[in-house]
Amino acid sequence: MSRQYLIRRLLLVIPAMLGISVVLFTVLALAPGDPFEELASNPAVPPEVRAALRASFGLDDPVYLRYLHWLAAMLQGDWGFSFVSRMNVDTLILQRLPTTLIVIGSAQILAILVALPVGVLAATRPYSLFDQIANTLAFVGFSLPTFFTGLLLILVFSVQLDWLPFVYRADINATGWRFYWEHIRQSIMPVTVLGLFQGASLVRYVRSSVLDVIRLDYVTTARSKGIGERKVITKHVVRNALIPVVTLVALQMPIVFGGAIVTEQIFRVPGIGSLLISAMLANDTPVVMAVTFVIATLVILCNLIADFIYAWLDPRIAFR
Amino acid sequence: MPGLTPASLSAEAPPAAAAAPVETRRKARFSPWHESWRRFRRHKLAVASGVVLLLIVAAIIIGPLLWRLPINEIDFTAKLQGPSWAHPLGTDDLGQDVLARLLYGGRISLAVGLAAMLVAITVGVLVGALAGMSSGHLDAVLMWLADLFLSLPQLPLLLLLIYLFRDALKTAFGPEGGVFVLIVVVIGGLRWMPAARLVRAQFLSLREKEFVEAARALGASKPRQVIRHILPNALGPVIVAGTIDVAAAIIAESTLSFLGLGFPPDIPTWGRLLADAKDYLDIAPHWALAAGAAIFLTVLSINFIGDGLRDALDPRSVI
Amino acid sequence: MAETLLDIRGLKTWFKTDDGMVRAVDGVDLHIDRGETVGVVGESGCGKTVTARSVLKLIDMPPGRFEAGQILWQGRDLIPLDQDEMNKIRAREIAIVFQEPMTSLNPVYTVGDQIAEVIALHQKLNRKQAMDGAAEMLRLVNIPNAQRRVHDYPHQFSGGMRQRVMIAMALSCQPKLLIADEPTTALDVTIQAQILELMQEMKERFGMAILLITHAMGVVAETCQRVTVMYAGKVVEEAPVKALFGDPRHPYTQGLIRSIPRVDRAARHKERLEAIPGTVPSLLEPPPGCRFAARCRYVSEICVRDMPPLKEVGPGHYVRCVL
Repeated sequence: MSRQYLIRRLLLVIPAMLGISVVLFTVLALAPGDPFEELASNPAVPPEVRAALRASFGLDDPVYLRYLHWLAAMLQGDWGFSFVSRMNVDTLILQRLPTTLIVIGSAQILAILVALPVGVLAATRPYSLFDQIANTLAFVGFSLPTFFTGLLLILVFSVQLDWLPFVYRADINATGWRFYWEHIRQSIMPVTVLGLFQGASLVRYVRSSVLDVIRLDYVTTARSKGIGERKVITKHVVRNALIPVVTLVALQMPIVFGGAIVTEQIFRVPGIGSLLISAMLANDTPVVMAVTFVIATLVILCNLIADFIYAWLDPRIAFR
Repeated sequence: MPGLTPASLSAEAPPAAAAAPVETRRKARFSPWHESWRRFRRHKLAVASGVVLLLIVAAIIIGPLLWRLPINEIDFTAKLQGPSWAHPLGTDDLGQDVLARLLYGGRISLAVGLAAMLVAITVGVLVGALAGMSSGHLDAVLMWLADLFLSLPQLPLLLLLIYLFRDALKTAFGPEGGVFVLIVVVIGGLRWMPAARLVRAQFLSLREKEFVEAARALGASKPRQVIRHILPNALGPVIVAGTIDVAAAIIAESTLSFLGLGFPPDIPTWGRLLADAKDYLDIAPHWALAAGAAIFLTVLSINFIGDGLRDALDPRSVI
Repeated sequence: MAETLLDIRGLKTWFKTDDGMVRAVDGVDLHIDRGETVGVVGESGCGKTVTARSVLKLIDMPPGRFEAGQILWQGRDLIPLDQDEMNKIRAREIAIVFQEPMTSLNPVYTVGDQIAEVIALHQKLNRKQAMDGAAEMLRLVNIPNAQRRVHDYPHQFSGGMRQRVMIAMALSCQPKLLIADEPTTALDVTIQAQILELMQEMKERFGMAILLITHAMGVVAETCQRVTVMYAGKVVEEAPVKALFGDPRHPYTQGLIRSIPRVDRAARHKERLEAIPGTVPSLLEPPPGCRFAARCRYVSEICVRDMPPLKEVGPGHYVRCVL
């Protein structure tokens, strides 16, 4: 992958971020009423903070100035103050962000570990019983809304079997192995819900992509060289088949974050998803705006990573 | 079929000639739509789902006329009962009949699904046609916009917009109407991109094709070219995209209601039923299971149908 | 006495489709001796590519199947062999070059990698040795800067160069037989000549036999010692090249030769370019008689009724026609 491509791709992040910031700001500006009226009537908010917020948001300035002020504030990490939690928004978010990232990351890994072999196997035996079952299960997987799956898992594993806790506690007073084990135990269900949902659509993408690649000329060439079928698939087919899949996974990231929000709500995982919901229910606007901004930024970052993986897999890309 | 050179026009030609007319006769009966229907029929799951979906829709539309228990008759003596003859799906924590509430909620879910899909398809087709017909700048701008929208996280944005605009719309359209309009516009407005791309692709590939040139030569105006010649070809993939949109919209609305940020709490949408039911999972699981199963079966059958349609109408597409 | 390397006897490769059984190859006999260049000609759809791929069993077997016949390689029937045994023969004994150089190489691996893969597979060499071997093969097929280009990807080569790479890859284990399936059809005319010349050079260097599949009669005339003409899944004529062009007996062969554009003759005699009227019959349910009957200018009642057998009309010259 050439350095040029790397730099060019990194630079593309800027217009994307600007675009999103404009969208978010426009939404905020168009919102009727004063989103800070809560602040005005809430006695818990000291007037200096209120004034500072109005100033930093420049609520009395012309639109473009307000936008620039807001953007500058966002980029500097000055995301305001949450009167509900009584701390700076950026601290609040940074506290809860790692949890969300870990849950989403583990779910993605689980999804890939399951979907890749299943998809490849299904594609190499198209229309077989395995393929039909895998396909049907995949459909079931992404037709089940995450909140329902979560509830089902809770019903079975917590209520009936009592194997897994369904309330996430960040403060587990245990040490050593037990500490990690308890953390893992309580993460199993949320990660599984998210991972299976992702894995379901991934299976179909992988299968479809492998089916497309397997009938291409260069696969016949590989066979004609005397390479065993298993190696033909794992070496020649899979790498080429993964290329469009990476793009599709990246396109799905916005949906993954949506699923994460729901999952955090059900299992009460203290991440930024549940933070968003509780902030909305409490009318805590600065938190709402900041979390939305952070999530949108994360999506852009995921697209960036996906583009790099794509370029690494496919040497033709970097040469443009 | 093979033409015959003048030299060999003889009485021995009949076997080859006889084979030809039979073949042409058989081929003539298969119009494109007939072909598509034939291909669709081969997907047993899709056909079965079609039946299931029809049953669900019928139940939702006709059900409340036949099953006349009110949806909000509170009766604490009958609360949290399991399925029985009086209440086939049991009762909830206020003694209300779950089945009646489920049927009512189904109307909302379906209405939201269809309306959102219409919004998404309409906007998508318009944008796609505009982008495909114009050249250069407008096309580039519209596609950049599509890329931007594609990277927006839908649920957070949905939540944000509802959070900010809910009150205003409530005063304009009433509590339910306001939320309905908001949800439909936002869900549909975040899903126009795939349809736009499909239509644009059709335009780009067909714009230069011969029959469009011919129509132009015959003096057909641009809109006429568009409507008669180009749009019908895009119909197949757009229908498939539309089907998926319905399923996605139903899930989105259910998710919103589940999170407590959708319709007002007294309206028994399926998501709302699940939200209420989740606190009684241990003692009254039938409640949550009924609501969840309703969403699941509806979405699943729509997805299967969409898959069958994709093979029937657009057999060359990837996914 | 020439040693027969490949002997195809009565091969029938059929394909099961929704509309019925397609008889792509319907009873074909073919043989190649050591060091020979044999051409197989016919128009698209006549079964020549399927025959070529059948030899190395590169046909997708769920729709395709070997209905009948034998493929004898040095006396051993390849049809009953399983994949592991076939893999020992592929590239090492029999190699194949395909028609489309643009899509026949894997885009995500370097050409060196792909050639070295074959070398390492059949000869126990380590990675460095295999890569050196790959560079050597590239040099052999006249790719300039071979040492450097061995690390390039296929998309960095032109069509003609990619075909050279394919040839290098096919020859890297010095097979006894090279099957070339329309190797020049997708290339420019000037490059075509270069590739054919290269193949000739390689043949002389390695003493291998070539099975050349093509629909260009001119190419066949230049490079082959014997020619087989196929039509609708069957062999209709087989002869040494001089005999085929000097005395073509089957009406289809005559049509093929007549339809070669001859600029010199057109200039002198003002002749019209002759085409064979009609199209190839469906291979789904072929007519019982001669398959060329519908397009033949000499067709008679017997032709339509019975399939004529292959009969010998000269030394090594066989025709499937009643004439």
